[in-house]
Amino acid sequence: MSDVIETDVLIVGAGPIGLFAVFELGLLDIRAHLVDILPKAGGQCSELYPEKPIYDIPGFPIVTGQGLVENLEKQIEPFHPTFHFGEMVESLTPAGTGLAPRFRIATDGGKTFEVKSVVIAAGGGSFQPKRPPIAGIEAYEGKSVFYAVRKMEEYRGRDIVIVGGGDSALDWTLNLQPLAKRLTLVHRRDDFRAAPHSVNAMRELVGAGKMDLIIGQTGKLKGDDGQLSSVTIKGNDGAEKEVACDRLIPFFGLTMKLGPVANWGLNLHENLVPVDTEKFETNVPGIFAVGDINTYPGKLKLILSGFHEVALAAQKVHRYVYPDKKLTFQYTTSSTSLQKKLGVA
Amino acid sequence: MSRVPHQPPENPKGMVKITYVDSHGASRDVEAEDGSTVMESAIRSSVPEIVAECGGACACATCHVYVGEEWTDIVGKPSQMEEDMLDFAYEVKPNSRLSCQIKVRAELDGMTVTTPPQQG
Repeated sequence: MSDVIETDVLIVGAGPIGLFAVFELGLLDIRAHLVDILPKAGGQCSELYPEKPIYDIPGFPIVTGQGLVENLEKQIEPFHPTFHFGEMVESLTPAGTGLAPRFRIATDGGKTFEVKSVVIAAGGGSFQPKRPPIAGIEAYEGKSVFYAVRKMEEYRGRDIVIVGGGDSALDWTLNLQPLAKRLTLVHRRDDFRAAPHSVNAMRELVGAGKMDLIIGQTGKLKGDDGQLSSVTIKGNDGAEKEVACDRLIPFFGLTMKLGPVANWGLNLHENLVPVDTEKFETNVPGIFAVGDINTYPGKLKLILSGFHEVALAAQKVHRYVYPDKKLTFQYTTSSTSLQKKLGVA
Repeated sequence: MSRVPHQPPENPKGMVKITYVDSHGASRDVEAEDGSTVMESAIRSSVPEIVAECGGACACATCHVYVGEEWTDIVGKPSQMEEDMLDFAYEVKPNSRLSCQIKVRAELDGMTVTTPPQQG
């Protein structure tokens, strides 16, 4: 059990909009923590298109996804946000009252937060491992099919089949091979995206007869009650081979799923969260949704729209965090109080 | 191999006909704009089974198509980046391509692409 982390606002998602929310909240003296399932900030910008130029950020004729994220990280530095990476918000329980809401939030990493407001900036949802197109694989998930390796000891003495050609697949091949009874790596082509030194290390193991590499695609699963006994691999040469397997680890990349947001008592419309266009608040007072995950009449899924949304949402968040304080509108160009917060006055 | 499947037509408007066949066998003809991509043309015409989650950044493998056999030489091979991304696609075949990486051009007029039963 961990202690409860108390802060003003929890931001769900550390993509560009979640990052800029820190800025707009920070100007209003509102402290924020951010949770993101990815290991770093940036969301889709970093995960899907770090090198791609973006042309429609006001004031930047051209900026890459990664460049934008780095600039935002720099911009919010004065507000010292706390990041919780590699974790997903699992549950959100309202407490308090409509006028003074409180929320208790738990992550799958075992952290608990108590906050006055929640800003959901989760984009297309959380990035989760993609399920490969293997018939009946669901029945084995969590028992003998895993999309991530949590405890290596679990794999000692097992017949392991790993599918994929990227760094995850190759890293785990090298890590688990010494523990495995037998390890087979399956990839659709004899060319790997993974770092060349891991590919070479893998090829040496294959050469020494210590593991198998099959170029092909995974076909039929055989097993009982969630426990796999073998998988059939269809080689690119057309030959089918049945390989003993009691642990299958497919690495097919990530996809975005709405995930636990669906269970937080929010109204949903086609997997999006409806909000008003004055405060970008959901049907639950104190919970806001900004960026790609929200919907309202005329919504455009643009980064610049998300920036606008967090600025307005922050005004209402201020009322929940400081119910007795009056908010006066100020410009960063002229307000010494804002400039002090930014560390430039 | 040298046979040209379709005579390059007089094409004053720069429109190129692409036929999309879905996984159930239903086909849709789209007048695609020269210079756009096969993915964009599908999305603009609401062609089903092309998701294009990343919007054309070659970052997701959800606009996977099978290029008609007689067109594969003209369309060409995927780039290294695209091959890497195809690792994440379902039921990859030798004629698999990501449609966001195929630029529409006059010589593709009449091309057929088929979508797989499932996108990433």
